[in-house]
Amino acid sequence: MRALNDIYIITRRQLLLLSRVPEVLIFSTIQPVMFVLLFRYVFGGSIDTGQPGGYVQLLMPGIFVQTVAFTLAGTASGLAEDMKKGLIDRFRSLPISQSALVIGRTLGDSLLNIVVLAVMGIAGYVVGWRPSSGIGNIALGFLFLLFFGYALSWVGVLVGLSASDARVVQNVSFIVTFPLTFLSNAFAPTTGMPRALQYFAEWNPVSTMVAACRELFGLENQFGATAGSFPSEHPLVTSLFYMVVIMVIFVPLSLRKYRNYAE
Amino acid sequence: MKTVIAENLVKTYDKGKVRALDGLNLDVEEGTVLSVLGPNGAGKTTVVRILTTLLRPDSGNAQVAGIDVVNNPEKVREVIGLSGQYAAVDEILTGYDNLVMFGELYHLGKKQAVVRANELLERFSLTEAAKRPIKTYSGGMRRRLDLAASLIVKPKVLFLDEPTTGLDPRGRQEMWGVIQELVKGGVTLLLTTQYLEEADQLADDIAVIDTGKVIARGTSDALKKQVGGERLEVVVEQQHVAKTMEIVSAVSGHKAGLDEGLRLITAPVSTGSVALFEVLKSLDSAGIHALDVGLKRPSLDDVFLALTGHTAEVKIEEKEVKK
Repeated sequence: MRALNDIYIITRRQLLLLSRVPEVLIFSTIQPVMFVLLFRYVFGGSIDTGQPGGYVQLLMPGIFVQTVAFTLAGTASGLAEDMKKGLIDRFRSLPISQSALVIGRTLGDSLLNIVVLAVMGIAGYVVGWRPSSGIGNIALGFLFLLFFGYALSWVGVLVGLSASDARVVQNVSFIVTFPLTFLSNAFAPTTGMPRALQYFAEWNPVSTMVAACRELFGLENQFGATAGSFPSEHPLVTSLFYMVVIMVIFVPLSLRKYRNYAE
Repeated sequence: MKTVIAENLVKTYDKGKVRALDGLNLDVEEGTVLSVLGPNGAGKTTVVRILTTLLRPDSGNAQVAGIDVVNNPEKVREVIGLSGQYAAVDEILTGYDNLVMFGELYHLGKKQAVVRANELLERFSLTEAAKRPIKTYSGGMRRRLDLAASLIVKPKVLFLDEPTTGLDPRGRQEMWGVIQELVKGGVTLLLTTQYLEEADQLADDIAVIDTGKVIARGTSDALKKQVGGERLEVVVEQQHVAKTMEIVSAVSGHKAGLDEGLRLITAPVSTGSVALFEVLKSLDSAGIHALDVGLKRPSLDDVFLALTGHTAEVKIEEKEVKK
């Protein structure tokens, strides 16, 4: 019970921080909305999807996944910042649950994702995104996205605690997430890629997530079903599997790193 | 009763290449202030981090308020307050927000946390700045807020790691005032510092550490005595220098030293004011008028120099230049 209370207080701190620096919230939403507009109007015209409703239907799940993938960077740089200020020492010297700080941080970052996804959903609707699968499946799709972001947030904890400098954290997270989101079916079909990259893209968790979301939002997934491979045939199951694996590996690793971070 | 005990603490970094602590022993009597004095890199912060459960020692024992820090860190955290070298508070949040949050983390409950936050803000003269983000605070104000955060639940032992490092002289004076108030209130305090004057001002007891070991321990007076007694200093006009040196040497029993530029004659003495009186009497009967005469007690700088072979200050300056 005490642990829950501690987690609640730390999560609330995250939200308080957001309310004091509204720029963070504004820029975390402006960037993905900008991506929606750019991709929709720059590439949308020249990519023929053969899909009713056009490119934006395929694009939106891709941008949703890309955005939640960047939670990794957010969590990592937030923690690195706290470390730099000596704040983690203070928290660790308090009689509170030792995992509260990291759990609170990951939950806070997921709450931020809810806001960001909502704003993006509205922006998508404005430029023609029309999910057709009914409210239940749409909600499930967003839940999937949040859980994916949450799982990656735990990778971010490890990155943030391992790096020596907040700027390094930004760069490392960027180098990891950016190729992952582009070597996927998120923005273009994988069929045009070299063979080896195609395999990578098929198994890339970002691709399976995008495919899963497309399915949940009522689309037939045509980007990337080239090889008839397991992940492209069963994106929902594969994505769920990936998320569980990420959590199983990174939650204990991150917590251990936090407990011993000074060593 | 000893509230803090550290026995034979060893801590190495870099796979044993750097020995931060090399068999360190310490204790703090209940209700007293111990200053751990040493240059940068002597192991001060490592000791504090071990005693506050942030770091595990490679070997050795440590207890705080009778609780083992290695086996029972959760219990130790309930009875300590820690204020580190950096003000460990949320810059973006206000002073008030910070203290309320820490109060809640100490499980005071929202209402109590608010009451306590206001009390502490008042006590550390931060009420006016309470609703401003910490990033607008001066260095001294940040440290005071950080100290306030470590006092939310009255700790049995308070650890202050270099509480005035990086502050300007005024900020330092203010901080000393605040700490002296705490000491009057009877807190058990372990404080690290690289400033000799700070240890002199605030501590009952001083442990001088260098390269991970305590190399001397005692009150400021006792440490000074350990280095040697007082020094007799006389300044006379040029024509009397030779004769005065004879007199001073005779009283001291040691050959007197001379600073020619200042015409300052010095010699160690063990009998204090008796020696001073004898010298004055002899000078008087020789018809010599002393321009200045006095007994100097060794400073902590002398102590440090005598104990370690290097001064504390020089090392600090080198460090700062490197930064």
